[in-house]
Amino acid sequence: MSTNLLNTDSLPYCKGCGHDLIAKHTTKALEKLNYKALDVIIVTDIGCHGIIDKCLNTHTVHGLHGRSVALGAGIALGLNHPDKKIIVFIGDGGATIGLQHILEAARLNLNMTVMVHNNMLYGMTGGQTSGLTPYGFRTTTSYDGNPFGGYDLCGLLQSAGSSYACRILGIGDISDKLAVAIGTKGFSLAEVIEICPGFGMKLNPKRKLGEIAESSGRKPGEWINRRDKFEMPVTKKTNNLFERAPLIKKEFTHYLKQKTTILISGSAGEGIQLAATILSKASMRSGLSVTQKGSYPVTVGVGFSAAEVNLSDKHIFFHGITQPDIAIITSEDGLAYAKQRIKQMQNGMLIIDTSLEKPITKAEIVERDFRMVGAKYAALYAILYYALKTGVISTEAVFKTLDQEGLQDKFPLALIKDALVK
Amino acid sequence: MHKKNKDSIVLTDGSCLIIEALARAGADAFIGYPITPANLLYQYGSQRMELMLSAPDEITTLQWMSGLSMTGKLPVTATSFPGFALMTESVNMAYMMELPMVIILVQRLGPATGTATCGAQGDLLLLNGIISGGHPIPVLATSDFEDCWVLAAKSAEIAITLRTPVILLTSKEEVMTHRSFNMKNLSDISPVVRKEYQSAQKYKPYAATNLVPDFIPVGQNKHQVRFNASTHDQAGILQHSTKEAIDNTIRLEEKITKRMQEFQYYILDEQEDANTLLVAYGISASAARSATSQLREKKKKVSLLIPQTMLPVQDIYLTKCLEYQKVIIAEESINNQFGRILFGQSIPDHVTCIGSIAKMITPEQIVEEVYL
Ligand code: SF4
Repeated sequence: MSTNLLNTDSLPYCKGCGHDLIAKHTTKALEKLNYKALDVIIVTDIGCHGIIDKCLNTHTVHGLHGRSVALGAGIALGLNHPDKKIIVFIGDGGATIGLQHILEAARLNLNMTVMVHNNMLYGMTGGQTSGLTPYGFRTTTSYDGNPFGGYDLCGLLQSAGSSYACRILGIGDISDKLAVAIGTKGFSLAEVIEICPGFGMKLNPKRKLGEIAESSGRKPGEWINRRDKFEMPVTKKTNNLFERAPLIKKEFTHYLKQKTTILISGSAGEGIQLAATILSKASMRSGLSVTQKGSYPVTVGVGFSAAEVNLSDKHIFFHGITQPDIAIITSEDGLAYAKQRIKQMQNGMLIIDTSLEKPITKAEIVERDFRMVGAKYAALYAILYYALKTGVISTEAVFKTLDQEGLQDKFPLALIKDALVK
Repeated sequence: MHKKNKDSIVLTDGSCLIIEALARAGADAFIGYPITPANLLYQYGSQRMELMLSAPDEITTLQWMSGLSMTGKLPVTATSFPGFALMTESVNMAYMMELPMVIILVQRLGPATGTATCGAQGDLLLLNGIISGGHPIPVLATSDFEDCWVLAAKSAEIAITLRTPVILLTSKEEVMTHRSFNMKNLSDISPVVRKEYQSAQKYKPYAATNLVPDFIPVGQNKHQVRFNASTHDQAGILQHSTKEAIDNTIRLEEKITKRMQEFQYYILDEQEDANTLLVAYGISASAARSATSQLREKKKKVSLLIPQTMLPVQDIYLTKCLEYQKVIIAEESINNQFGRILFGQSIPDHVTCIGSIAKMITPEQIVEEVYL
């Protein structure tokens, strides 16, 4: 006998397998709720339940072991349609492997229903213990009985935020109970406790479903959270990322003679990266090509912060810097980071804060009390000083950049200008 | 595709170019999770893509993307080796189910978590065998900012045209470095047009035309759709090893090897009478370009090959490497991964590799090797 959703009455499971009951009553429940075949997407996991596809008239998706809930979640997110029903079939083994995926779908309250075929062991792979195997239940990998208890899946789901979860014994007509789960708006899950005649029944003769559920503290019941149905978050988007990258026009003249590599090194939180960006943009305003990259430890708020800037009047292919031509050092952290490279400099210029020990180097050493304008502003002062000292770009190009970026008020410019001319 | 005349210079980064290009080419969903050095891509994806969700882990990322892809979206994620390793089974699933998506793989120094903030080129051999059965997966590698733009859009086009996951291979130094860049160099990108199955006849999800099956989203109410990660027949029904099902698996291999011939991208800049060929992809191409320019300024003749379609590997790469007396491959690894893909374990004597780990290969190293 076939139905609207099932094309056969003869499902491909061992005689007496609980999966047969779940498949037939899931489709019966869907029909009770008036779902048409092509409004339903059934996603199956790996396991005996997963061979149902060919018997279904619905859309079918057969995925990986444990991952079907996440796959179904992707479909739910893509369709985001209240009249479409995503049902995921998964075993207790798959639910163990992919527990995170189930909790995540419940947390987001995605519009989908998960049917857990809980026969308390991995059936297809040979009757092994799963995370839902109750304490004392015998499996092919725990002949003396599972030494550990199984997860309380429904309890976990409630705390994760699922709209509806229920635990059902897989006996008799369960279609009305499954219909409650399927009819829920938001995330729902039905954990159906059943037995695998192939392994579970043989290894645990005479045990009854009700007794196993009772003795393991996994009684049937419902776990409900009153939640609003899932809404796709609406966030502000740009339809062009370049809108956030302002065009920079050439307005100034540069006096750069050859490609120059600059290392700016100081402390995290002292504006090194911002100063490097200002130098880069001021150089671009002067008609130069630039590259800029930052280096900092994983803890972005402490330790060193360094930036490498290349300036050239030609296209820069390679942006790596081994030995800098110019090293600008504004703090102890910055010096510690750059010391070796400074020592290896054979020429060029070291521009360094007065308070710091001067490393041995063949570079020309120029010192200045950059930190007197405030630790956070020392790097900007230092790049302005570099511009003034070398004349490669004008300080006006730097000030114009600060102006264009709306940064004039972020720095004590009067103090810095004063210090520059002293 | 045309280029603009007016200079439009900005300070930007490769991540921005990649995400903007993908969005213009039709990518409409970004599934992200934090991993250095791919975080800028995640940030831009969240600002630009119509649908953006933060996944709790790497496997969920790929599974959500697969579900989205079934409904007709073109999802994108960005990761690095530690995350990509966890995605492997799901990448195989998407390959088997024939789901379009783009995975941006930002290389960093390994093994394992290695050094998150240090660039590398150590993942090519991994990609060459990532699909069980040895089937090739399309991999494009960016070598400069223009590539970030053009090849990102091409990744989207390949993903949809061939119904496959595509890997856009890049590295930390490419996606995190800012550069002055003239946007007039960027060509226009139009959204990739996705044709859906139109016939009233029963839809067979894995019946292919020109090796690629027609697509129709799951959930519509005209045709039943089946997707299957296990060995399956044309109807998408699981099979052990029937002829139809095995033919379908064989088709997956042929689809990529044959149809990727439509997407052969590389830069070949040959100089007449040069007997040295420099070969470099990704981040090392910048050093090779610089070295080429320096050598030519000194009147030293040298040719340059920059592979952009990395996998499946193009015949011309091997042909060119065999034409020259001296071939220098520059790659930021210590095992010449590209050379091994071209030649196997027997790399000919005329082919040398400049390798490096934890630091970029410099133009000077390449120039020196040319004169050796
Ligand atoms: S092995 Fe067990 S779970 Fe699998 S079909 Fe047979 S009875 Fe059902």
